[in-house]
Amino acid sequence: MTTTQRRADNAVQPRGATVELRRLRRCFGATAALDAFSLTLAPGELVALLGPSGCGKTTALRVLAGFETVDEGRVLLDGHDQARIPPQKRDMGMVFQSYSLFPNMTAQDNVAFGLRMRKVGGPQRKQRALQVLEMVGLESEAQKYPHQMSGGQQQRVALARALAIEPRVLLLDEPLSALDAKVRVQLREQIRVLQTRLKITTLFVTHDQEEALSMADRVCVMRAGRIEQVDTPSALYATPATPFVAEFVGTMNRIPGVVEDGRVRLLNTTVDIRTAAGTPQGDHATGTAVDVLVRPEGLAVTASPSGRGVVMTTTFLGSVTRLGVLLNDDVVVYVDQPNSATQIPVGVPAEVTLREHDVMVADRTSGGGASAEGVVPVMADTIS
Amino acid sequence: MVALGEVDALFDVEEFIEQPQRRFSGAGLRSVAWWRGIVLFCAGAFFLVPIYAALRFSLEKPSGTGFTLSAYTAIPSQAGFTAALWLSLQLAAATTVIMLVLMVPTSVYVHLRLPELRRFFDSITIVPIVIPPIVLIIGVLQVAPTFLKSTPYLLALEYGILAMPFVYRSLDAGLRAIDLKTLVEASRSLGGRWGSTLWRVVVPNLRSGLLSAVVLTVALVLGEFTMASLDLFQTLPVWIYNFAQDDGSVSTAVSLLALVLTWVVLMAISAIDLRRIQRTAKTRKDARS
Repeated sequence: MTTTQRRADNAVQPRGATVELRRLRRCFGATAALDAFSLTLAPGELVALLGPSGCGKTTALRVLAGFETVDEGRVLLDGHDQARIPPQKRDMGMVFQSYSLFPNMTAQDNVAFGLRMRKVGGPQRKQRALQVLEMVGLESEAQKYPHQMSGGQQQRVALARALAIEPRVLLLDEPLSALDAKVRVQLREQIRVLQTRLKITTLFVTHDQEEALSMADRVCVMRAGRIEQVDTPSALYATPATPFVAEFVGTMNRIPGVVEDGRVRLLNTTVDIRTAAGTPQGDHATGTAVDVLVRPEGLAVTASPSGRGVVMTTTFLGSVTRLGVLLNDDVVVYVDQPNSATQIPVGVPAEVTLREHDVMVADRTSGGGASAEGVVPVMADTIS
Repeated sequence: MVALGEVDALFDVEEFIEQPQRRFSGAGLRSVAWWRGIVLFCAGAFFLVPIYAALRFSLEKPSGTGFTLSAYTAIPSQAGFTAALWLSLQLAAATTVIMLVLMVPTSVYVHLRLPELRRFFDSITIVPIVIPPIVLIIGVLQVAPTFLKSTPYLLALEYGILAMPFVYRSLDAGLRAIDLKTLVEASRSLGGRWGSTLWRVVVPNLRSGLLSAVVLTVALVLGEFTMASLDLFQTLPVWIYNFAQDDGSVSTAVSLLALVLTWVVLMAISAIDLRRIQRTAKTRKDARS
């Protein structure tokens, strides 16, 4: 850590709090934006709320910030109920999706605004604002107005403004979604570094799984106001608790299979049904048509003149190449192949096989005839 | 001659250059400019001819044999003029303050908390335009407390009702132009109370809307006659009307000066915002380059 960083860190003392959201329920008309939503954040932890649009993740964040009320449930900060505490007294810094800097103030005045509201004296306020701007690498832009700065710079100032008040909780409401790809990656790394260094409890809302998985200590996957799973990024990916999580996080193939004596038959083989995260997959009677969920790395592909598939696409992804294989008609599965392996060109017949010994199954969601041979799967690339 | 900018607005210049066979005929362009000139001439004549007539009348000697500035030089010494002007300016200031104090928080509240009622408020605020001032003043005089009836503040309140449609719309347009919800929430998350949020965040970013509201209110108050006359207050328009019975030239001269004064005030208020817009545009251009 450089002297500059250390000095800047001293300007913002870490005060991470424990956040408890207990059985929150919030309805908008007949729609429950939050339903039995319970989540606890440890001091200094970064938790990402991940889910599709309308799943309630922003509502949860706004409830914590105090901008939204709940119909049921409690919000506790270090054990204290926040129900009667207005947003301005909750001691939380917030970064918004849209550039929320005050257009009439310079970057320095924006950062100093929260300190001014806390009656911090002029010289001390200025010094602290500059220190926090230095922390985000924008001390040279202190006298610029928001319209004179790029989107990335504005969000960094917004981050500095939120950090300057030494918040007990940092709330990030899709702060990167308005930025271009390169700036987004840079800023998310900067946020993570600062958050780790300052140990501020952080709730981060995003619909971008890459952001959530790369930044968060834990990811809370939401669907229709409810929590599907809260776990570390690696656990979410490796052992998803539900088919929704399995498909929402990472790329997932949906391949039709048929249940046989408690196992499932697909792609010319029969394998065990996985009970993910200790949750049974449900009892499926023999002969039931199901969808088998397999990640691209769980499949293998080999060129074979007698193969029942044809390679349709190849996409270089760095360490692997992802092949789209048309198994029949309009059905495609994605298979990851190490770059060290012999590459199969587009148009070559190929055979797809299963690498895994147990798989997750889901109720059949769409057409495609049930085929134990696994040659009539449903194309799936749910997130890509 | 048609300026290049005007030509750009009429058709695609690149197409014009690349496809000479499809060029517009000079006659077509000339006809557009001709109609534009006619409209401008009619509008200009509509506004300027009465002013010219008033100016000529105020400058002509009573004998009609030449021109003199005596009507203008005599203005300050006319009985009641200074008091009427001062009252009008006071009323303009008071009405502006009343309107802003009432309407800024109201507009902000409607935008933040009752956005679904915006259309309803749009309709409600038109009412003062629809109801004739004479109906309004009779109603107000029926219900106004006695202590208010004898003070000009009653007139300021009445002017407030008249100015409400213009003020509300100016503020509404200003509020639509900013991301009010995010700015307010950002301020509150940083510890800003409602008062400081309004004063330090909303009002400075509502500057254009506020200036429009002020311009319209001042213009309305400086020109209003019916209410002041019925309330028996001698504002500048009432004084001009009354004095016209004694001396038409001086009365007309005062009218013209009032017009110039109002115009200068409005231009000064507009110039404040124009300078800001130009500064913003320049810094944006600098940032881009």
